[in-house]
Amino acid sequence: MNADVLIVGAGPAGLAAAAELRRLGVARVLVAEREAEAGGVPRHCAHSGFGLPDLRRLMSGPGYARRMAAIARQAGAQVRCATTVTELEPARGPAGAPPPGPAGEGPAWRATLTSPDGIEPVTARAVVLATGCRERPRPARLVPGDRPAGVMTTGELQQRVHLHGQRIGGRALVVGAEHVSFSAILTLARAGARVIALVTDRPRHQSYAAFRLGAAALWRVPVWTSAAVTGIVGRDRVTAVELTDLATGAARRVECETVVFTGDWIGDHELARLAGALIDPGSRGPAVDQAGRTSVPGLFAAGGLVHPGETAGTAALGGRHVARLLAALLGAGRVGERPAGEPRPPGQAGPAGEPGPGGRPGVPVRAEGHLAWVVPQLIGPGDACPGEAGPAGGRFLARAADGLPRRARVRVAQDDRLLASFTLRLPPGRCARLPAGWARGADLAGGPVRITAR
Amino acid sequence: MTEAVPPGSPGSPADVLIVGAGVVGTAIARTLARYDLSCVLADAAPDVGAGTSKANTAILHTGFDAVPGTLEARLVRRGGQLLGEYARQAGIPLERTGALLVAWTPQEQAELPAIERKARENGCAGVRPVTAAGLYRMEPRLGPGALAGLHIPGESIVCPWTTPLAFATEAVRAGTRLVLNAAVTGIRPAAGAHEVRTTAGTLRCRWLVNAAGLGSDLIDRMLGGGGFTITPRRGELIVFDKLARPLVRHILLPVPTPATKGVLVAPTVYGNVLLGPTAQDVADRQDTATTPAGLSALLAQGARILPDLIAEEVTAAYAGLRAATEHRDYQIRVDAGLRYACVAGIRSTGLTASLAIAEHVAGQLAEAGLALRERPGARAAGPPVMPYIGQAGRRPYQDPAMIAADPAYGRIVCHCERVTLGEIRDALASDIPPADVGGLRRRTRATGGRCQGFYCAAGISQILAGRR
Repeated sequence: MNADVLIVGAGPAGLAAAAELRRLGVARVLVAEREAEAGGVPRHCAHSGFGLPDLRRLMSGPGYARRMAAIARQAGAQVRCATTVTELEPARGPAGAPPPGPAGEGPAWRATLTSPDGIEPVTARAVVLATGCRERPRPARLVPGDRPAGVMTTGELQQRVHLHGQRIGGRALVVGAEHVSFSAILTLARAGARVIALVTDRPRHQSYAAFRLGAAALWRVPVWTSAAVTGIVGRDRVTAVELTDLATGAARRVECETVVFTGDWIGDHELARLAGALIDPGSRGPAVDQAGRTSVPGLFAAGGLVHPGETAGTAALGGRHVARLLAALLGAGRVGERPAGEPRPPGQAGPAGEPGPGGRPGVPVRAEGHLAWVVPQLIGPGDACPGEAGPAGGRFLARAADGLPRRARVRVAQDDRLLASFTLRLPPGRCARLPAGWARGADLAGGPVRITAR
Repeated sequence: MTEAVPPGSPGSPADVLIVGAGVVGTAIARTLARYDLSCVLADAAPDVGAGTSKANTAILHTGFDAVPGTLEARLVRRGGQLLGEYARQAGIPLERTGALLVAWTPQEQAELPAIERKARENGCAGVRPVTAAGLYRMEPRLGPGALAGLHIPGESIVCPWTTPLAFATEAVRAGTRLVLNAAVTGIRPAAGAHEVRTTAGTLRCRWLVNAAGLGSDLIDRMLGGGGFTITPRRGELIVFDKLARPLVRHILLPVPTPATKGVLVAPTVYGNVLLGPTAQDVADRQDTATTPAGLSALLAQGARILPDLIAEEVTAAYAGLRAATEHRDYQIRVDAGLRYACVAGIRSTGLTASLAIAEHVAGQLAEAGLALRERPGARAAGPPVMPYIGQAGRRPYQDPAMIAADPAYGRIVCHCERVTLGEIRDALASDIPPADVGGLRRRTRATGGRCQGFYCAAGISQILAGRR
């Protein structure tokens, strides 16, 4: 099949992008979803709190997932479930020529889709990666100890309980104190488990104070701060967890039968990396400009892949934003342009740092100091993105690392020139929205823009 | 297949009982299955290959660095050839990557000529010195500071999970009775038939083969032995994300010290990169816990060998126990009077040597008086063809003909490892079905990937629950 746009992933970002592309008249929009149902992570978030930013109504996760899929399908997007993109590569012209540029916009991408219906090659003029994110599981956090059953992420827990109706009895310990950690408490309570505590290695929890108070009042769950899980104990099933107090170094055992590792998100960046997109070392997602363009021409990214751990609403609005710019670029025959700020490819003549052929001037945006990452990571001139100069929602997203005061001083500077400065609430592990007005004042021929917080 | 004879029940004893269904026990079972014998293969675990055999470095050794003249040196060399051929026939994932032994200090560099000589003595062909420049040409991502090395072209990586499973499947298909969850609690040797009490009932046999790995010294003592003691040596390993696989082409070995073979970096047949093992003697024969010290030591070593590796995500960390003894060589002996074979002290080379150990033990048993008459047609049956779970070859999700014939092979359930519903269904219906999700992982790779079950473990637990 030939598509104008292939969207990988039917979560909030992918579905919102698909619906918006169709609304703006893009003819052939194909969404490939590897799960049996569309909707992404909200499918198994049984609590409320979804839909307000993008659909302007409050919904449960599963209801939101169904609604988003229905909107995309009604808009005329083809949403194929149980379909995995197993290969993705640029459709090169003869002798490794770059994909067709402004003059002749043929298919720029070749993908292989695998499903129970078979293995199907698909071409597309552009690809939007909306592959979402997952929580780092226990091994990725290098938590030592035995390897018994009963250790899982919130994602697995929610699917067990909300999709398959499994019971989880006994005592449970929740590792992490982000928003999702409080969601894990609700799910465990529903599944029949007794939550002993939330444990975080940070000095305080990172969710809304209301969640914290709710957890204490409704479920009698304390938050143990400045403590790390330093061991899992149990042969077949978890019997205990070893906790180490980070202040004193003292270790103690807490008996429990279930351990849920929550938060600590990472984007599912496999396709992005295999396609050669530049990866942001902070977010570990593909670096994008304000139009959602990755460093690879014709490859876009949106949602949790780009800003892991953000809400479904933010992902959906980001998907919609990328779709608007992508539709305009498709209409203008400019979808194959090199993104802003992309350095000249090696081996091509010209001044270093200048954009390559078909490329546009632009500068990278770097998160420094106590910021873990900032998105987008590249800015270009207003006309880089027809009709819309700024990032999604007119804001940059930034996530704070540890060690920041709750009200942080943020400085935006380029080559020792201060572009902006403001104070902001930046709780660690949570996202903040940074004003983007300063981007117009950035010198697109200058050095990187550095955003620091302290 | 898995039920034992109740204690004290009548019926004729088995000709041979093999205690231990690890890679060594299953290889012996598979070798004896060719003969006109009634065999029982018993294991304490709920699955075959679920002890030391499942958690090791998964390397098919050439034996280049074995102590020349030992039984181990001979059986590793012979076993490597046998397993290479068996793997080809049975569809066991195997990649001929070759190894580079890297010297990082002048002292280590001075050892290289002796190692090369030893390789020649061990009959290992093709081992040649490599300069520092050569090392970086062959492994561009190798950390700075490598001085020189040796190229050992024959070293390979192999699937440690499919191997014992293939052996056991071949044995079971030839009539061997597999008894799982059968920990041996006592043995009464007798003239007619030994009586072996297990947690799954009493098993009676004329001949007993002790391939009990970490428990082999305990079994040996039940029969009046005591010539060796197992000191479990724990090896912790870290498995890195598949996105790290392009960083390394060969098995990267350190120069061994008298104490340890050291920490290596190796690709795996599942497309990951392995870092390990540590070596620590432990008292508990079941202590497969990873430790903060072990994991951080590995990361420090890995950062030197392949710096880019450390930036990649960790997919899994685990520890295995090698069945080390106080002796330098394998402890293999057959007592004709007692009708007993002890096959113990098989350390990290057991996977490689397994088929040669089995051949050797069968020969010794025959010499001791066990009648080995080949069953008609036994040779023609050959190895079973196992489901292919390697990364280098074609898997079901990549095979249009398989998907066309059965759409379940196009339904990917475990996304990280691209395992299909068809493969899971096949594993559950196989000769030796998995007992739990770990067993399913060893048969299909399901849940073994970077998400460790975030996406698929709930659904897969539902499939496993549904079959009961």
